[in-house]
Amino acid sequence: MCLAVPARVESLDDVSSTAMVDLDGIRKEVSTVLLDEINVGDYVLIHVGYALERIDPIEAEKTLLLFDELRDSEA
Amino acid sequence: MSRLDIKNGLVEMAHGSGGRASAALIDGLFTRHLDNALLRQGDDATLFEVSAGRMVISTDAHVVSPLFFPGGDIGSLSVHGTINDVAMSGAKPLYLSASFILEEGFSLAELEKIVISMAEASRLAGVPVVTGDTKVVESGKGDGVFISTTGIGVLAEGIRVSGDRAEAGDAIIVSGYIGDHGIAILSSRQGLEFDTQIQSDSAALHGLVADMVQAVPDIHCLRDPTRGGLATTLNELCKQSGVGMRIHETDISVRAEVKGACELLGLDPLYIANEGKLACICPKASAAKLISVMQAHPLGREAAVIGEVVADESRLVVMQTTFGGQRVVDWLAGEQLPRIC
Amino acid sequence: MKYVDEYRDGDKARELAARIHNEIDPQRQYRFMEFCGGHTHAIFRFGIHDLMPENLKYVHGPGCPVCVLPAGRIEAAIKLAESEDVILCTYADLMRVPAGKGDSLNRAKARGSDIRMIYSSSDALAVARENPDRQVVFFAIGFETTTPPTAAAIRIARAEGLKNFTVFCNHVLTPPAMLHILSSGEACIDGILGPSHVSTIIGSHAYADCCSLYRMPLVIAGFEPLDVIQSTLMLVRQVNQGRCEVENQYVRAVRETGNQKAQALMAEVFEPRSVFEWRGLGDLPASAVQINAQYALFDAEKRFAMQKMQTADVKGCICPAVLRGISDPDQCKLFATACTPEEPKGACMVSSEGACAAQYSYGRYRSAETRV
Repeated sequence: MCLAVPARVESLDDVSSTAMVDLDGIRKEVSTVLLDEINVGDYVLIHVGYALERIDPIEAEKTLLLFDELRDSEA
Repeated sequence: MSRLDIKNGLVEMAHGSGGRASAALIDGLFTRHLDNALLRQGDDATLFEVSAGRMVISTDAHVVSPLFFPGGDIGSLSVHGTINDVAMSGAKPLYLSASFILEEGFSLAELEKIVISMAEASRLAGVPVVTGDTKVVESGKGDGVFISTTGIGVLAEGIRVSGDRAEAGDAIIVSGYIGDHGIAILSSRQGLEFDTQIQSDSAALHGLVADMVQAVPDIHCLRDPTRGGLATTLNELCKQSGVGMRIHETDISVRAEVKGACELLGLDPLYIANEGKLACICPKASAAKLISVMQAHPLGREAAVIGEVVADESRLVVMQTTFGGQRVVDWLAGEQLPRIC
Repeated sequence: MKYVDEYRDGDKARELAARIHNEIDPQRQYRFMEFCGGHTHAIFRFGIHDLMPENLKYVHGPGCPVCVLPAGRIEAAIKLAESEDVILCTYADLMRVPAGKGDSLNRAKARGSDIRMIYSSSDALAVARENPDRQVVFFAIGFETTTPPTAAAIRIARAEGLKNFTVFCNHVLTPPAMLHILSSGEACIDGILGPSHVSTIIGSHAYADCCSLYRMPLVIAGFEPLDVIQSTLMLVRQVNQGRCEVENQYVRAVRETGNQKAQALMAEVFEPRSVFEWRGLGDLPASAVQINAQYALFDAEKRFAMQKMQTADVKGCICPAVLRGISDPDQCKLFATACTPEEPKGACMVSSEGACAAQYSYGRYRSAETRV
């Protein structure tokens, strides 16, 4: 359910509450009305033309590290 | 004779009536740009000499929305599409016919752009449009322009390319990046608009095919993966030949932008249309030679072996994914539409 | 693709899967429900089944908005499109979903109704602006992920004073459906892979009841294959240790309290329905939303006095049992015979994340292999 993909914020338009996002060379205008704080360079999840949520880069990194830890650790 | 105001004029019912307005449209627009000796005969049927041997014929109706898209338009597409269908038999395309269904109210300036693009595509390919026809339908009963083209070609001695010839052990080759055309079209479709550098790969493949059949006359199958994409083409070949296929995702070239657009819209590049690519099945022993010939041609630079034909009663195309799993690559069900879930 | 490719690393997946094999208790069964169709799709597309031990089974859940929409709602929309001079806009996912008697939005479109596929709720607004003389109805579906964009469109319509825009609201809520499945106990599950993108909106705290009332381990899991496998390992550990907690594997996008701005927007425009019918699950109390009184002008059900329509499910179709996690698609007599992606009889065969379609498209290889 709910196809959403992470894309990078390239520019913001506060007047229309939209952002131009980039996904590996695909640029699309999306609505930012669902997010309070959003900055150029952030990665956001895009669903039906709306930015749903910011991807937290630190947590994303931790998840990747956790893969290695889980692999090596006993519960 | 009534004057044709290409700059500001619109297609009118009279342009399809067969009277003076029709003649003005044909002379002022179609024959002017598509001009060649055979077309100049000006008769209802065009006469040409035939050579001994076998000929092939193929026809294709072209409807595309939007009419103009990054990397082409309905004019060039209608030339490339039919040339490619002829070429996929291994034949050398000779002549094209074209029939236009125009919608009343369509801009003559746009129509001229389409015809010029068609003329240029046909000149570059060396395959002239030698006969044609035009009809006009009332406003609201067409989508601007529909173009049907038919192509005929000649087949050299000893060539037998057919969809039923794939055999277990054969190599499966694809000539380059897949999905470019479909994504270019989607990027300019109303409501979906996104910016991308992706251009349609629309191109005439008969030159590439000529090099291929010369190097390896025993090519088993050729097919251009248009609607339904590579997945559908491979499934068609499996069905026709009664075989299965095992393909490798890592060996299939997909541009990052095409992957990105597919993730965004919930599509699969394997099902996206191409207009300048071919899939080829050949004996395994000839694959390396064929790849080097293809890579030497501008339209086959990224040619690669993507898998092999196997004996499989259930005629499945199974893909080894980059992730390391295996999955069935099925026929396209319905249309490939953007999805939200 | 950043934040996608690194979570599709096959080698890491196999290492994590090996860890699951090590830790799993061979004496017992592990049945985990993947609530979302997104997980179903990932499990099949990436062949995650093949990496899992024999005694660990994924059970499909009802988290596919197309699959749980009752046929009557689609028939009501078709009736509206055919009886009134409206433009009906909807997400492409809905076009092929079977209504009663083999009908669908696609077929209604072919008969001449003005039905348009859109990608975003804002596209429906654009259609309304471009056609001021016609009524434009947005046939909205989806869980909490897709609801805020609909709310945003309704709010804009009011701000602009759009008189010709309404929404046929079919938005449903995840936690009530989950509680229903748990309370019935039919699915016999040991843990739940929780929704990814729904949770970005409603937050991880929304599942507290599921865990505490039904002592059910739940891990909110991303939709990429490594996310799914890691979350599965987390569930295995909860089961082995006798824990029943809400854990969040998808921390890169899901906060405990979710997206409060989106929640506020939904609360401004919508209110809970007392009851809503789900295909497969029946009438569930407080499991969906409707447009509230303040925005009633934009409610298509009110403007066009739409009537509730009942449609009997297709005979022999076991979608309801599949959606409740009781049956597998290939236990259905219609599966891959009368019901295929070309001619879907049940809704689970339509969406590529429907359990039946996913099994049909991706899952037939194993049975084929055994035949060869």
